[in-house]
This record gives sequence, structure tokens and C-alpha cells, in this order.
Amino acid sequence: MALLELRNVTRRFGDFAAVDDVSLSIEAGEFFTLLGPSGSGKTTILRMIAGFEFPDAGQVLLDGKDLADIPAEKRPIHTVFQSYALFPHLTVAENISFPLRMAHREPADIRQHLKDALEQVHLDAKAGKFPHELSGGEKQRVALARALVNRPRLLLLDESLAALDAKLREEMQVELINLQREVGITFVFVTHAQAEALALSHRIAVINRGKVEQVDEPARLYGFPRNRFVADFIGQITMIPAQVEQVGHGHLHLKVDGLGEIVTPLQQGVAAGDRGVFAIRPEQVRIGVQAELAELKNHFSGEVLSLLYQGDVSVYRVGLTNGTMIEALLPNSAPGRAELFKVGAEIRVGWRHDAGVFLHE
Amino acid sequence: MRRGPWLWTAALAAYAFLYLPLTIVVIYSFNDSRLNAEWVGFTWHWYHDLFHDEDMLIAAGNSLLIASVASLSATLLGTMAGLAIHRYDLKLLNFMVLAPVAMPEILLGVSLLLFFIQVLNLTLGMLSIVLAHITFSIGFVAVIVRAQLTSIDESLFEAARDLGASPWETFRYVTFPLILPAVIAGGLMAFTLSIDDFVVTFFTAGVGVQTLPLRIYSMIKIAVTPEVNAVSTLLMLLTLCMIVLASRFAPDVLKGKT
Repeated sequence: MALLELRNVTRRFGDFAAVDDVSLSIEAGEFFTLLGPSGSGKTTILRMIAGFEFPDAGQVLLDGKDLADIPAEKRPIHTVFQSYALFPHLTVAENISFPLRMAHREPADIRQHLKDALEQVHLDAKAGKFPHELSGGEKQRVALARALVNRPRLLLLDESLAALDAKLREEMQVELINLQREVGITFVFVTHAQAEALALSHRIAVINRGKVEQVDEPARLYGFPRNRFVADFIGQITMIPAQVEQVGHGHLHLKVDGLGEIVTPLQQGVAAGDRGVFAIRPEQVRIGVQAELAELKNHFSGEVLSLLYQGDVSVYRVGLTNGTMIEALLPNSAPGRAELFKVGAEIRVGWRHDAGVFLHE
Repeated sequence: MRRGPWLWTAALAAYAFLYLPLTIVVIYSFNDSRLNAEWVGFTWHWYHDLFHDEDMLIAAGNSLLIASVASLSATLLGTMAGLAIHRYDLKLLNFMVLAPVAMPEILLGVSLLLFFIQVLNLTLGMLSIVLAHITFSIGFVAVIVRAQLTSIDESLFEAARDLGASPWETFRYVTFPLILPAVIAGGLMAFTLSIDDFVVTFFTAGVGVQTLPLRIYSMIKIAVTPEVNAVSTLLMLLTLCMIVLASRFAPDVLKGKT
């Protein structure tokens, strides 16, 4: 049985359905992420799990038991808020022991748990400090320690890394992964940052307009997005209008107007004549001179339109002969050289027969 | 922005207009002359007189008692009102609590007088004064408490409940400590308003009970004696202390920085 289950949950604000018939199942020990643009309803889902919002229809179940009549303070579910919500009038130690005090634990028990929690997040030295004396990363750790100290069944994290700068965010991502593995508590993380979701999660649910678009492991989500929204929202992708010409053995043959045929892996639910787009990630696209790309199934002529040098990689935009544009990502393995191909250069573009995906309109 | 000499002059004039009369009262309270006309010499004489004036001491005692009881009650009720307005966003309640703050004092005085006598059939005295003072102080406390509440991150209250605090525990351990400075500031404000109130007190005091402002008024009906200057100076000092104290407890609220 799943630890947490959402069954056909709907939450309306006036006429607007913020969450629209959502069903999800989260397993014990999972790092599960709700990923979506702002206003997609992901935070409302989180608030319903926490007990700050209640569904208009459907059920939220923990261990198979409906949470409808259980108020937030009675749920074994704790939240790390976006603003951290540390109590400004309490010290770090008092903040962390707050849930233990509310649970009326023995003083000796509280002391032991507090000590362990402080050690776990490396804040022993800051126990007597007040929240306003802490850095962003330290506040984050206090919020985590406070939410984990009395071992909830479920930890909810609401855009918890959003307030940190890029470098610190990366460090905290690693810490978060380690922490989750250490404590073994199920994490439900809400974010709009796709890179963060891919880096942290065991599974990701992509939420858009109150609905679940796709639930999958990060690599599958990235590699095989189910629709154009998911493909576009996660990572960079080039989409070229195409029609299915033939469903072959293990392959789809797509026809692209003015370009020719593209071979891409076979997919379920695709029939000859279907219209849609061929979508491919920039790192799957190779560019070069004719001979280098000869062994690839798919290759076409193009012209370099622009290039973005990003240090580790360069992103080339290549115009194909039918007027569509495709992005290619090249690692800059030769130090000190910003461009392998000049803007305006005539080149060849190619990709493997098992790259890319066909998406319906 | 560059501040020109005109701005400084205007500011100085405004401050002089506000504080010169007060300064004169303070200076003449130390003047060794019966007349408020020319400076003769320094003396503690009028303060000495003051502390041996039986009626004055009784009036001061009354004022302190009324201000203490009224400010404590108004703090309790005003805090509750501030919490309710913030929590439930009730426009009508907000209006009803704040109306006495904006209402002309004379109107409040007359209507309270009628209410006490005709509706409650109350003999005017200490009780009616205290009730009247509570009435006009609640709004001030409520405004200050509410301003503090709006400056607090709403997620703190959610965090408390999320971490297992019942609604009462959330209030006890999170909300109340966070609004305490505003509650104290509101109480001090209420005390200040009560101790120097004249108009409302005049209507609701009846005969027999004298407060400090009433006593001062009855004294200047004859003449502005140096004794009046002395008691005014003391009252000013007390009020000033209260305001300074209040602004130390809730600096943001009184500076309108919320």
C-alpha cells in the first residue's frame, strides 16, 4: 500500500479549479517531486496534504486512512516553508525543539533529540542564536531540522531552495539528498525549477493547470516526455512539425515537409498518418562536416544561425533547408576556443536513429 | 534631495509653534513669582505646594487609578479586537472598533453621559469614568495590535500548527509573544490617553470625583497659578515617559513602518 494517496482530488477557488481531479500515489521512502509552473496547483496539492486546505472532492489518504477530519496539527506530516517560517522570538534550539514540546515529550527526551538534530544539520555551534543572526543556508538547515526532529511520516518541502543563491542551492541539493537517505523519511518536494527536480527526485509528477501531465522517474521524464507541455517544460528541446509515414519494426518513419524522412524509436499509440512534432534534445544533435556524420541514420544540411558560448558548452542554432531551426549542444573540449563553427557556415546536422520522440499535437 | 534654508526655517517655525507654549509652562513652574509675567528667580516652591495640596493629591490618585484600570481593560479588549479584525477580516467590526477613535470627543462624552444615566441608570463617578476611558482606548490598542499582526509572516502561524501546536498553543507560544510589544505599547498609549483626558471625563465624572485634568481646569477658572504650571509639567513628564516607553516596545508600529 502506498504511504500517501490522492484519489481524484479537486480543489476550487470560486470558479477556478486550482487542482482538478488529481490522483497520485507516493511510496514510503520516496523522494517525490511536484513540478510545475507557478499557478499550476502544485502548492495547493501540498497544502491539502499538510492540512491547510481541504479538497472539495476526492480524498487524501495516509496509510489508507482518509485525512479529511484530521487537522494539520494532528497529522504526522511536517512542512519546510518557502520562507522557512522560523519563529523569530525563539533561538535555533527552541525552534528545533518546538515540535517536541508540542508533543509533550519528556525534557530529557527533548534534550537528546535536539542534540541529535543539531548534529545532523551541523548547527551545534548556533544553538543559542536567533534566526535573524543566521545565513540563508543555516536558516534552511534549522527549518529542516525542526521539521524532521520528531520523525514525521512525511516531510513536505515548499520551494524550499528557491530563496538561496545558485551556488548554495547546489550544496543544499546534495545535503537534501543525503539527509533523505539518512533519515529514510518520505519527502514531497514542490518546485518550479526543473533542474532541481531532476537532480533530487526518485519520481516527478509534472503538474499543469491543476492536472497531472506525467509521473515518471527523472531520466524517463526527460527522455520520453509524454506530451508537448512536459517536453517543453523540462530541459531544452527542439520541435519540428512532422507526420507519421510508416510504423516499422522498432522504428517510426516520420515525414517532415521540405526536409525528408526522420527515423525515431517506436512508440505506443502512434499510427501511420498521425500528425504532431518530432522533438529532440540539443545534446542529442551533432553537427559537423559530411563525412563525420555519415554513419547516422538522420542527417541534413544546415547553416549556423547563431551560437551561445556558455563556458562548458556552446549552443548552436542551425537553420535547416526547410526553414526550421534546430539546437545543438556541443561540449567545449578544446580550451580557449569559443566556436568550432562560425555563424553562417554550411554544415551537416545529424542524430542517431534512437534519439528524439514523436509527440501528438 | 537637497534641503534648502527655507525648509529648515519652516520646520523650525513649526516646532517652535508646537513646543514654545509647553516650554513656557515648564519654565514658569520654576519661577519665584505669583505672576506669569517676568522671570524672577528659580524655586521648587510650587512643587512643594503641590505635594501638600490635599485636593490635588486626591485628584492625582484618582487619575492614576482610573488610568491603570482603564488601560489594563482596554489592552485586554483591544488586543482581542485586533486579533479578531486580523483573523476574520471583518469590515464592520473594524469600523465599530475604530469609530470612537475618530469621533469628536465632545460627541462621545455627551452620548456616554446619556447612556450611563438614561440606559444604565448609573450614578456617575469612578466607574462611569473608567468605562468611558475604556471605550475610547480600545480602538487605539486594536489599531496597534492589528498593525503588528499584519507585519508578521502568516506562515509562522501555519508552521506552528504544522509542527503540532493546537490553536491555543499557537496563540500561547507564537502569536502572543510576537504581538507582545504591540500589546504593551497599546497599553501605554491607553494609559497616556486616559490620564490626560478632559472632555470625556468632564461629561462622565458627575460631582464628587475629580481627576487631575478636571482639577487643573477648575484651578485656571480663577487664574493660571504657578501651581498649575507645576502640575502640568509633571503630567507632561509622565506622558512623555509613557510615549517614549511605548515607542521603544513597538518602534515600527508607532513610526507607521508596517
